[in-house]
Amino acid sequence: MAAALTGEPTLALIALWADPDHAHAILLDEVLLVVLPVSVAIEAGFYPALSPARPVAAWLERMIFDLWGHTAFGGTDPRPWLDHGRWPSLHPMASPPRGMGPPAEPPEFLPCEGDDLHQVAVGPIHAGIIEPGHFRFSASGETVVRLEIRLGYAHKGTLGLMRGKPIRVAARFAARLSGDTTVAHGTAFAMAVEAALGVEIPARAESLRAAMLEIERIANHLGDIGAICNDAAFAFAAARFGFHREAMLRAAMWAFGHRLMMDTVIPGGIAGDISEHGALTVLAAVAAVEAELPELARVIENYSSLADRMVSTGIVSPELARRFAAGGFVGRASGRDFDARRLPLPGGRAPEPEFTVRIPVLTAGDIDARLRVRLAEITESIRLLRRRLGNLPEGAVAVALPNAGGEGIGCVESFRGDIWTWVQIDGGHVENAFLRDPSWNQWPLLEAAVRGTIVADFPLINKSFNCSYSGVDL
Amino acid sequence: MVWRRVLHSLRAGPATEPAGPVPDETVSALAARLDAAAQRRLGRSLAIRHVDAGSCNGCELEIVALGNIVYDLERFGLRFVASPRHADVLLVTGPLTRNLREALVLTLNATPEPRWVVAVGDCGVDGGVFKGSYAVNGGVSAAVAVDLFIPGCPPSPAELLAGLRALLEANTHRS
Ligand code: SF4
Repeated sequence: MAAALTGEPTLALIALWADPDHAHAILLDEVLLVVLPVSVAIEAGFYPALSPARPVAAWLERMIFDLWGHTAFGGTDPRPWLDHGRWPSLHPMASPPRGMGPPAEPPEFLPCEGDDLHQVAVGPIHAGIIEPGHFRFSASGETVVRLEIRLGYAHKGTLGLMRGKPIRVAARFAARLSGDTTVAHGTAFAMAVEAALGVEIPARAESLRAAMLEIERIANHLGDIGAICNDAAFAFAAARFGFHREAMLRAAMWAFGHRLMMDTVIPGGIAGDISEHGALTVLAAVAAVEAELPELARVIENYSSLADRMVSTGIVSPELARRFAAGGFVGRASGRDFDARRLPLPGGRAPEPEFTVRIPVLTAGDIDARLRVRLAEITESIRLLRRRLGNLPEGAVAVALPNAGGEGIGCVESFRGDIWTWVQIDGGHVENAFLRDPSWNQWPLLEAAVRGTIVADFPLINKSFNCSYSGVDL
Repeated sequence: MVWRRVLHSLRAGPATEPAGPVPDETVSALAARLDAAAQRRLGRSLAIRHVDAGSCNGCELEIVALGNIVYDLERFGLRFVASPRHADVLLVTGPLTRNLREALVLTLNATPEPRWVVAVGDCGVDGGVFKGSYAVNGGVSAAVAVDLFIPGCPPSPAELLAGLRALLEANTHRS
């Protein structure tokens, strides 16, 4: 398969995971927008590695070994990933798990040689209010020669907890894979279940899910743009963006009963209808964003000390973004124009033309480009949200799920990029599941973007990606 | 351009909200834990160090929100600091993953006494939905003594603020 991939540059590797007896992958034909699920049986503990053809597979192959114990034959990196030697057993997802793990050893980092190189170790606990992870910089003076990221500190055993659970219970774990994308992960899981069981949800539920996804996107973009401005010491913009984010969360609370809308999406539809005046409240919050956004965007663009930090810093080349199938604003700022909202809807329906997404695609690939794409996405999300909430279909918001079985895939465009979820259902219970956060395809690009910059720019570059730690730690 | 915006904001008045009462029970429970020496040393100000012990990042979003202009945490003398060595309070989220346990203990050891540990979110309280997983210890108190629990999934900024202000109030009541 690796050889086949090498000859097919338009086939993107989207996800790679396993169950006790198989390795699974999702490939995407980027030209035809066709999704190709592939599975191979594990033979004598091995499956063919994809990392030589698609470097994005390297972390995923390490994750598969740690969780299920399957070895990627011919893989590029055999070092442990999620397993830090602190779990009660080895390969906890294998059936049965294999005995005690070895004592924790200091992690092995890639060697970096040269005169006057020194290492800077940061984390797992950081100076700001962010998730845990370890960053190992090899620097020459101020310049970063190599960054190596080590994650896994937030590994909660989510996939193991989902196994064997009733569908509604398992959905709560999908909603907590990464709190900032709780609606998107909840929706991707629900869609995978609905595909597996052949369930069609009511039109009203579909519209409300789409609306919640846009609310989540707007709120995250507002918060992150504010945080980027804050990191560059531009407190005024940070204050205004933070204010609007808060207003969006309060509107979400009013409309759906939870500030982050956690557990609002359920397999079969949504847990409860939007409240009376909920749509008006949300629309009022976005109207305030819309009124101030053009001026805030101008302020950001004209502020030279901000531009000085952001322009041509932390560059991801279009070639790299394509090779790693980077989604969301990270991809769009580096020339990769993919948006899961353009994929066919459940049942093979074409997306409605009035909801066609129009977002600019840039090629500079720097912090500035990622920020500009996100500013443009807010405006587009406001337009989509108005259409959705202004014309909600009447009717029920959920259907009961049949007590059946099957296998399904769900895909959702979150604020961060495309989320892919796979489930196997048997008798109303989850047999196996995998949740692919977009961060798998973006974290490795952060390592590349930091090379050649100065250590002091790292926080800003990191924030301009805002990859999820929990989302890939599982 | 910026100045026009700033002027406009000045005229419009602050967005910061008046704060409601803090919960009495929490205040009295905490008051019992603090002594006069702590009062002399800390006064009405607490430096907070956040530690993510494996959260889903939902709790972090609401902790970050405490600093926005609507809640304006710093008006209460509460502020986030970059090092545990500068901190009076460790604000810990997440179900305490096995992979982070050692780092949390080291962080606590680096925090000077007197100090308080606050466990945030249903995960921080007892592991929340992740309780029972091979990968978690099941709540912050599995590794370190906890002085205050703020449940919720995630707790809202208002709930976080009420808990943190209770710490301040308890401190003052002791003197
Ligand atoms: S309490 Fe809820 S929001 Fe907080 S970390 Fe746990 S699952 Fe996430």
